[in-house]
Amino acid sequence: MAKMNLLQAINSALDLAMAKHDNVYSFGEDTGGFGGVFRATSGLTEKYGKHRNFNTPLVEQGIIGFANGLASQGSYAIAEIQFGDYIFPAFDQIVNETAKFRYRSGNEFNVGGLTIRTPYGGGIAGGHYHSQSPEAYFAHTPGIKIVTPRNPYEAKGLLLSAIFDKNPVLFMEPKRLYRASTGDVPEEEYTIPLGKADVVKEGSDITVLGWGAQMEMIEKAVEKSEEDGVSCEVIDLRTISPWDVETVTQSVLKTGRLVITQEAPITGGFASEIAATVQDKCFLYLESPIGRVCGIDVPYPLCHEKEYMADHLKIYEAIKRSMNY
Amino acid sequence: MVKDKKHDTEIVTKPKWFDKDSVTIPMLQILKEDGSFHKDADMPKYDKELIVKIHDTMQFIRILDERMIAAQRQGRISFYLASRGEEAESVASAAALDAGDMIMGQYREQGALAYRGFTVEQFMNQLFSNEKDLGKGRQMPVHYGCADLNFMTISSPLGTQIPQATGYAFGQKMDKTEKCTICYFGEGAASEGDFHAALNMASVYKVPVIFFCRNNGYAISTPAQGEQYAGDGIAPRGIGYGMKTIRIDGNDVFAVLKATQEARRLAVEENEPVLIEAMSYRMSGHSTSDDPTGYRTRDEEAGWQAKDPLERLQKWMMNEGWLDKDHVEEHHAEVKAKVLAALKESEKVPVPHIDELINDVYDEPTDMLKEQLDELKEHIRKYPDAYSKTSGRLD
Repeated sequence: MAKMNLLQAINSALDLAMAKHDNVYSFGEDTGGFGGVFRATSGLTEKYGKHRNFNTPLVEQGIIGFANGLASQGSYAIAEIQFGDYIFPAFDQIVNETAKFRYRSGNEFNVGGLTIRTPYGGGIAGGHYHSQSPEAYFAHTPGIKIVTPRNPYEAKGLLLSAIFDKNPVLFMEPKRLYRASTGDVPEEEYTIPLGKADVVKEGSDITVLGWGAQMEMIEKAVEKSEEDGVSCEVIDLRTISPWDVETVTQSVLKTGRLVITQEAPITGGFASEIAATVQDKCFLYLESPIGRVCGIDVPYPLCHEKEYMADHLKIYEAIKRSMNY
Repeated sequence: MVKDKKHDTEIVTKPKWFDKDSVTIPMLQILKEDGSFHKDADMPKYDKELIVKIHDTMQFIRILDERMIAAQRQGRISFYLASRGEEAESVASAAALDAGDMIMGQYREQGALAYRGFTVEQFMNQLFSNEKDLGKGRQMPVHYGCADLNFMTISSPLGTQIPQATGYAFGQKMDKTEKCTICYFGEGAASEGDFHAALNMASVYKVPVIFFCRNNGYAISTPAQGEQYAGDGIAPRGIGYGMKTIRIDGNDVFAVLKATQEARRLAVEENEPVLIEAMSYRMSGHSTSDDPTGYRTRDEEAGWQAKDPLERLQKWMMNEGWLDKDHVEEHHAEVKAKVLAALKESEKVPVPHIDELINDVYDEPTDMLKEQLDELKEHIRKYPDAYSKTSGRLD
């Protein structure tokens, strides 16, 4: 075990993956010798050479198109998009190519070796373009998995699974926690299965569900609710698509209440998708309406960031509302 | 010589390859690094008043940059982007334009905005995201915009403004405005698909647009030569799209002025889109979040320091008798005092009212947004201390 922050855990996963196979490549804007603007890829060029960990020209559509081609050739392509906010020039490559490669060819070809890493989320005074959480755009597209970790241990195990999964994966890294979240992480290789949610804490009165950086907000909110005598079951979804319906519905069947939180704006967010499925499967067991604590429907703001964020106080209030319904 | 009649293309019978050496593009320089003119240079139109204004604006921006980097280090603002070393590009090109021409910047063109008359108070209000900021505090520092000064609001995603410039210029042409659009971007952004789309469309539609590429050697840590591109910079791409193209010394005020004056004439009088590649160096880090010692040497920086655009201009102006040391020092002290006073004043101005959160998403806030705002205010009333910037005035 070693003490690592989330960035170091990601770096460790990349390092082990590249050591394991010679045809694992890591690339993106500034990710070469410099090690990326957040330093997630630092040391990899020194260790594996500039042909395995390298800088790309500044063109996101090119990065993902290149990665699609490389993965279709049979290599493992780990492409970094510097900020989730800058992934949209690559939207066509991801939605129309990555996600449909296997299906459209009748499984003649696939890009299962592709992993797209990108930092996402707010709380860092990043304004419109360094704060967004774009998971819902991609969750609407069948054919690509979406994964996001909540802490260093999860980050390493999930990223190693993502890299070697037989499907393309969008791996969204909660950048607010890059250095803020630290913990014990095994130095050797281990994996955490994709598609499996994690019951972080068991409870009996209400289920509180989130993913990525929102798990930290949930933790604080739940602490406050438990002081009020509310027993909360906390679930980290881990994989947004395909999501673990079984674990979530089993929990709600037990507690009868659900609050879901996401950073992204509420309308069309993935919380809505979960709510729709849960009401369908648990309707007669629900004691109160399913609560959603999300961003409001405006572009991610700078000066009103604190007000905008789906913070622990808003989650705490939603738990109270659900309990008092 | 045989010709293919349909395309008027010369036919050859042996393979004839072309490569990056097939076209060599020189660099226009008028003011040498030692502060004297090349003897046979074609001069731009200029007079003392214009050059003094260019100088004072460059000096102002340099002082503003220095002061605001310090303010960021002190935690007074969250972020800053300096333009040190590149002031001649933005200031002298803006000086070659008409005040009615549209400017679309990337994020390192504060010099052009200052030349247009954006006040030190306006700069500060944006940097402090306060309620007097024209952008209503919504964007990160340095994302300026001002409709009155024809300066389109900056957006962080790279290259998005380039095809927009083509579209804006198309409208200017159709409306017979006799104005043009200048669009600034870096050599890194020129890798984006938007750049290629923009140049191709501008050439096809023949619109009055000046694409001004600031080739400053780095896109954050990625060096231009060999890692951003393998060819001869950005300029040959303009020729590839059938466009008038020039490469200039971006640290030479007179070369920038001359090239942009000619570009404007071509754009406005002949509807010829133009590509200018200005060669310079980003003396500062990419932003306050960046530390260039991780990817380049002090020697390299020192080499470019010797080509500094402001010092070069000052040398020439002093020899010409248009500037003396006292003016430089007095102006420096005066600007510094102004910057400091504005900084202290802006810091005190509150953030915009919380109601501004839902304005401008659409022309009018929707019913759903109004409901979301009401819920938010109710929440803030419960926890006023947690949202201290706005809780004091919710009504």
